[in-house]
Amino acid sequence: MRLLDSIRIALRALLKNKMRAILTILGVVIGIASVTTMVSIGQSASMLVQSQFQALGTNVIVIFPGSQRGGGVRQAPVQTLTATDSRAIAEECPAVLASTPLVGASGQVIYGNSNWSPRDMFGVGEDYPLVRNWPLQSGGFFTRREITSNAKVCVIGQTLVAKLFQTANPLNETIRVKNIPFRVIGVLAKKGASMVGDDLDDVLLMPYTTVRKRLQGSSFNSVNAIMVSAKQEDQMVEATDEITQLLLERHGISIGQSADFLVQNTTEIAAILGIVTGSLTMLLAAIAGISLIVGGVGIMNIMLVSVTERTKEIGIRMAIGARGRDILRQFLIEAVILSSIGGIIGVSLGVAMSTAATMLINYSSSGADWPIVVSIPAALGAMGFAAMVGIFFGYYPALRASRLDPIEALRYE
Amino acid sequence: MSPLIQLTDVRKIYNLGEVQVEALKGATLTIDRGEFVALIGPSGSGKSTLMNTLGCLDRPTSGSYLLDGQEIVSMTRDQRAKIRNSKIGFVFQNFNLLNRTSAIENVELPMLYSGGISARVRRMRALEMLDKVGLGDRGHHHSSQLSGGQQQRVAIARALVNTPSILMADEPTGNLDSKTSKEVIELFQKLNQEQTITVILVTHDQAVARNATRKIVLRDGEIAIDTTDTQLAQETLNSSQ
Repeated sequence: MRLLDSIRIALRALLKNKMRAILTILGVVIGIASVTTMVSIGQSASMLVQSQFQALGTNVIVIFPGSQRGGGVRQAPVQTLTATDSRAIAEECPAVLASTPLVGASGQVIYGNSNWSPRDMFGVGEDYPLVRNWPLQSGGFFTRREITSNAKVCVIGQTLVAKLFQTANPLNETIRVKNIPFRVIGVLAKKGASMVGDDLDDVLLMPYTTVRKRLQGSSFNSVNAIMVSAKQEDQMVEATDEITQLLLERHGISIGQSADFLVQNTTEIAAILGIVTGSLTMLLAAIAGISLIVGGVGIMNIMLVSVTERTKEIGIRMAIGARGRDILRQFLIEAVILSSIGGIIGVSLGVAMSTAATMLINYSSSGADWPIVVSIPAALGAMGFAAMVGIFFGYYPALRASRLDPIEALRYE
Repeated sequence: MSPLIQLTDVRKIYNLGEVQVEALKGATLTIDRGEFVALIGPSGSGKSTLMNTLGCLDRPTSGSYLLDGQEIVSMTRDQRAKIRNSKIGFVFQNFNLLNRTSAIENVELPMLYSGGISARVRRMRALEMLDKVGLGDRGHHHSSQLSGGQQQRVAIARALVNTPSILMADEPTGNLDSKTSKEVIELFQKLNQEQTITVILVTHDQAVARNATRKIVLRDGEIAIDTTDTQLAQETLNSSQ
């Protein structure tokens, strides 16, 4: 019997009992749709968690200058890190996304008749927003040119806006730090509190050259720290190794000598992040797996009922010459057709549901900004699984049908 | 030329747990091409078992069954399915048509399982067959839309579409009124005489059995008498009841 004829017979048999076919398809649809939805929402949540952790700086490495040992005599900390080191790290370490020098400052900021002492006052490089994954709310950040020219510009955090400007637009206004006028060219987006409760938005950023030359009047080239971000959380160790290697080389420190710098990273936080997203994925995979099995058992159930219900039909087919394998093939094809149709509908429904669910979450809870994720691998996997469910769970009922005794089957009422 | 059917000492034992029932106690029988045979006997006489054996639906416990010179007893399920498909046409008491399926599709069914026949040829032959049994205009009717007699004629068309050498009919008139019964039997006779199809009819109805040229009466799993004499067959049957 040709395959095409088998498919035709299976299709006819399905069309003869539309209700049964629809119910079976529904079972598969629910299974596949829930898998697609669950995995998509899960990935969305996991991406959200990841981006929030990233905002906290899980991929940030900070390099501090250290004391130098020479001839057994411990010398006072020397300023060993330079802006050139920072640039070299950004350019030569493959696991590094961006790097910025960091120069600390302090003092009062005056605007009109208000004044405020920011918690953080930093001189930084042009890649600071990239390193901290900290976008601007308005205006722009200072560029390489403004850094080389020691320009008197600054970017301020949200707390400063509130303290100094209240409702006025701070852009292009001039504030004074130690009597030096700085033009506000950008405002950072709100970051909130750090994990230990510090107000991260209480910040004033200036070009590090300006801080060094104009605020501190220093001619040294050194910086207080270098802040680096790795491309991915899981590249932290790699990035740390690369940076250590590069700096040892640049500073001419041979093996055995202690380094004149200290590399500090946030691996602990990264480890927690790994556990959180990992367990989230595991949970969702487990739920998804269960719903697929439920869908599959549904198919098997209906197929078994269908075989019993159609015992007579099987008997008639056998009496007029259907072989066991013809019957097996017919029932298997029926199962695969049902599960494939269910799979296609299920995936479409899942995509629609996950999009709707994400939108609903974002709409109902203010401030939530879940990314809409449609997991293509999950969708494809679910479709493939649907066909496999058809074969796997359809095989047993089909085999039972094919093993029926034609005389018994014919006698069945 | 060898006979169409040669049955030698065929036994069938059903194993019902602790009890063993011997449904056929060594039947030996020869049927030639073109015969019209009636298997007669009360229920439990083994006529259904004999019919299932002759129809290659069942395999005897022991003995030999040569159909067209081929040994059936040693065949696999699939081989017997192929024999049923090509050499035997079945007509049942309750018609056994596929429901929610048109008459044409029912008649096409055996050709589907023979393989290698194109959809166009299948349709053509099915229509031709329906025409022969006088249902050429009912091809698209479903079985539920046909009368009992019409359904049985669709079943006969289905049984004949693969041009089998044997037509096996199990109580073909059991669910029909006397007028339709007569028509169906006449159709059998016509097929038997005009196309020399061997007809084997299982019945308990004397009136039906009378139309057969040869009557085989079964009693307690044995062949009680094998005769062309209707009177003799009837007497044997009556004495066993």
